[in-house]
Amino acid sequence: MKSLVLQTTTRLFEPLFLVFSLFLLLRGHHEPGGGFVGGLVAASAFVLRALAFDVASARRQLRIDPQRLIGIGLAVALASAFVSVGEGLPFMTGVWSGNVGTPLVFDAGVYVTVVGVVLTIVFGMAEET
Amino acid sequence: MSFSKAGHEVRRGPLLILLIVVLAGFVAAPLAPWLCRSLGATRGGALLALVPLTLCATLAAIGPEALAGRGIFEAHPWVSGLGVGLDLRLDGLALVFALLITGIGSLVVLYAGAYLGDPGQAGRFLLFLLAFMASMLGVVLADGVITLFVFWELTSVTSWLLIGFDHEKAESRRAALQALLVTALGGVALLAGLLLLGAAGGSMRLSELEGARSAILSSGLYEAILVLVLLGAATKSAQFPFHFWLPNAMAAPTPASAYLHSSTMVKAGVYLLARLSPTLGATELFTLTVTSLGAATFVLGAVLAAPQTKLKRLLAYSTVSSLGLLVMLLGVGTQAAVVAAGAYLVAHALFKAALFLVAGAVDHETGERDVEKLGGLRSAMPITAAAAGLAALSMAGIPPLLGFVAKEVVYEAALPAPGGVLVIGLSVVANALLLLVAFESGVRPFVGALRETPRKPHEAPAALSVGPVLLGAAGLALGMAPALASSLFVDGFVASVHGEAPGKPLSFWHGFTPALGLSALTVVIGLAAVALRATLRRAGRNLAAAARFGPERAWDALWSALLSIARAQTDLLQGRRLRHGLALTALASGAFVVSGLLAGGLRLPPIDVVSAPLAEWALGGLLVLGCVAALLARTALAAVAVLGIIGTLVTLVFARFSAPDLAVTQFVIETLTVILFVLVLFHLPNYARLSRPSTRLRDGLLATSFGVVMTLLALSVGSLRRDDSITRFLAAESVPGGHGRNVVNVILVDFRALDTLGEITVLGVAAVGAFALLKLRPRG
Repeated sequence: MKSLVLQTTTRLFEPLFLVFSLFLLLRGHHEPGGGFVGGLVAASAFVLRALAFDVASARRQLRIDPQRLIGIGLAVALASAFVSVGEGLPFMTGVWSGNVGTPLVFDAGVYVTVVGVVLTIVFGMAEET
Repeated sequence: MSFSKAGHEVRRGPLLILLIVVLAGFVAAPLAPWLCRSLGATRGGALLALVPLTLCATLAAIGPEALAGRGIFEAHPWVSGLGVGLDLRLDGLALVFALLITGIGSLVVLYAGAYLGDPGQAGRFLLFLLAFMASMLGVVLADGVITLFVFWELTSVTSWLLIGFDHEKAESRRAALQALLVTALGGVALLAGLLLLGAAGGSMRLSELEGARSAILSSGLYEAILVLVLLGAATKSAQFPFHFWLPNAMAAPTPASAYLHSSTMVKAGVYLLARLSPTLGATELFTLTVTSLGAATFVLGAVLAAPQTKLKRLLAYSTVSSLGLLVMLLGVGTQAAVVAAGAYLVAHALFKAALFLVAGAVDHETGERDVEKLGGLRSAMPITAAAAGLAALSMAGIPPLLGFVAKEVVYEAALPAPGGVLVIGLSVVANALLLLVAFESGVRPFVGALRETPRKPHEAPAALSVGPVLLGAAGLALGMAPALASSLFVDGFVASVHGEAPGKPLSFWHGFTPALGLSALTVVIGLAAVALRATLRRAGRNLAAAARFGPERAWDALWSALLSIARAQTDLLQGRRLRHGLALTALASGAFVVSGLLAGGLRLPPIDVVSAPLAEWALGGLLVLGCVAALLARTALAAVAVLGIIGTLVTLVFARFSAPDLAVTQFVIETLTVILFVLVLFHLPNYARLSRPSTRLRDGLLATSFGVVMTLLALSVGSLRRDDSITRFLAAESVPGGHGRNVVNVILVDFRALDTLGEITVLGVAAVGAFALLKLRPRG
């Protein structure tokens, strides 16, 4: 049974969750936060939609297959580790340009992977029922 | 940019040419799926064939330079920290192999596109094939010991992908896994052998180790090195008793068989023996073991080949036999034997690849692969028939083909060898049986009356016939002009393996020598075998049935025993029920902690419980209440809800004691865990009834004692004196080194990013595993 209250709240909270998750990701380097928790919060937004509406609706909202996100996230994280190799530095050395550095890109990879992992499992479970 | 470390000499070639040759295949491979999708399989294959073709031409162009002196050397920085370089070398031996790998490779790539037809399949196949080719080039061009090993293992992995290409067939998966396990087992032995070799010879370069021969022989490690290296070579080159994986690997698509199992992968072991001959060879032990290993495989392969009726299996067993012959010749190790090995290596690569490609074309055009059911295809497939005929004549050792020239020098080398009579006798019989195989695979499908086949036969398209025709013609051309074969291939091979080039080139006519007589005798016996093949086949079937009790059976038993142990252990420790596994984990780790605490003397810091602030009292009280509620919950849903509350309370504890990162993460995790639990609970009807009050009491006691033990541990850890240099380093370096004030996060994404990368990879794999469990269950 679908609850109108939950559905309305979800509509309100979803964008907040997503913005908050990006906020967590970006502030993580200096303040509490980071890619892992950011990814969890972002995934929660879609989990909330899956619960309030249905999984199909959450999948539409996400637009991309969560399993793909796992691959993309891992690829981004791995690619960030190779930037330093191009500069002649050892693998995974942080390369910084002002406030933006490869560790941030790496963290973004973690974020995307976590979203993919959580949603793959939750969607999979929810669709089973 | 300088990578070279002191003590690690860097010799650069004039260009990066060898590096480019090795890496080109790896670069081209990922383009294959895309090219095949956008151009179609046949045209994609044709375009990709230009890669090995270009490499072949490049190698041919720099060949003369490589043959002069000791070869072309290149040293590139790789893992400088460990003193491991990407050391490459192109000498006569490497050149022969590299030319065969790229030359036959280009024909196989061209063939594979058209053979597979489907763009998706062809793209995936060529991706694997080109990666395999590059790995193989790495093996033969390696000068560094580690370089050799890394590429050696890459050939095992890429060939596993190729053999298991039809991954939906259980037979393919089994064959691929078997090949991988056998060759990887040999690979481990090889690594140990190579490291010992490097230690004994004082160098990690194969070219320098050749000069350290006497030091290696007197090091006391020689026997161990030889046995380990032989294990590597024998598994890769399918020598007895490891021969069984090769025929099974015929589950691969035919172009892969033509490439891997005739001219490349299985020749890697032969290459290794040839490469290490100057370093390890020509001792009594080497000669005895390698010669008898090769001879046994030579005869066994031929005997097992004769009764086969499937085209590919015929060819596979005959390949085992030919590999045995090559190993035997390298074991004998005289100059004549090395000449024979070089000549037969080239001849075999040409005719065997051609015959495999023909077998594929016949299968492709008729849908039939049993020679008993094939016949009369010469009118329908004249071009393929001609190519097959040339290859079969070469395999049978009929003049004027290269196979004949090679067999002559094999006999010449064997005549004066120790134990010559036995070797000669066995060789004649084995060669006669190979003649039978040549007839069955290359002649019989095309002669006689046309037989009914699943598909109406017609000539193969150009892409499928170019390969066999060129390979067959090459066997003919080199057979008619054997001096050319000498200068192109054999002389450089012999110079690398035996030390000096042979004085005289190969020749077609040696006069009325004993070798010619043996050749004639072989042909007579072979033809007799062809005439009596029905009888032979019946006898052979009994033998093949007996061979089922051979080494493959032992191998399978070994693996199933290993799996049984693993299964029994998993059942014992992880059980069929999560509850048992958790209980066991709690008991075992609790016992360890308790014994540790008792041994170290339990020292607890003074705890002032009474004057703790009210908020902490409240938190603690709520946590205890929550645990009691969880234990008493009537329904599973209630228990899960209470667990969620407990988790949130723990989050508050983290927040209270200034671990905000932990608190935030824990909070989201708790929320998601409750959701997951609820989703799972839908699948478990009446779960609450599964636990009786007595069970709950037991579980509650266990959980409480475990909690107490962990609390004691946490408290006593505080009183330990720790080395906090790491903590201080990380805290101090966070801002200057990691550009971040949040130390926790800087550790996660910078200082220990490799760990994090590993962790998210594990997460990803776990999610894919969960998905597979949920979604890919068999229906019904």
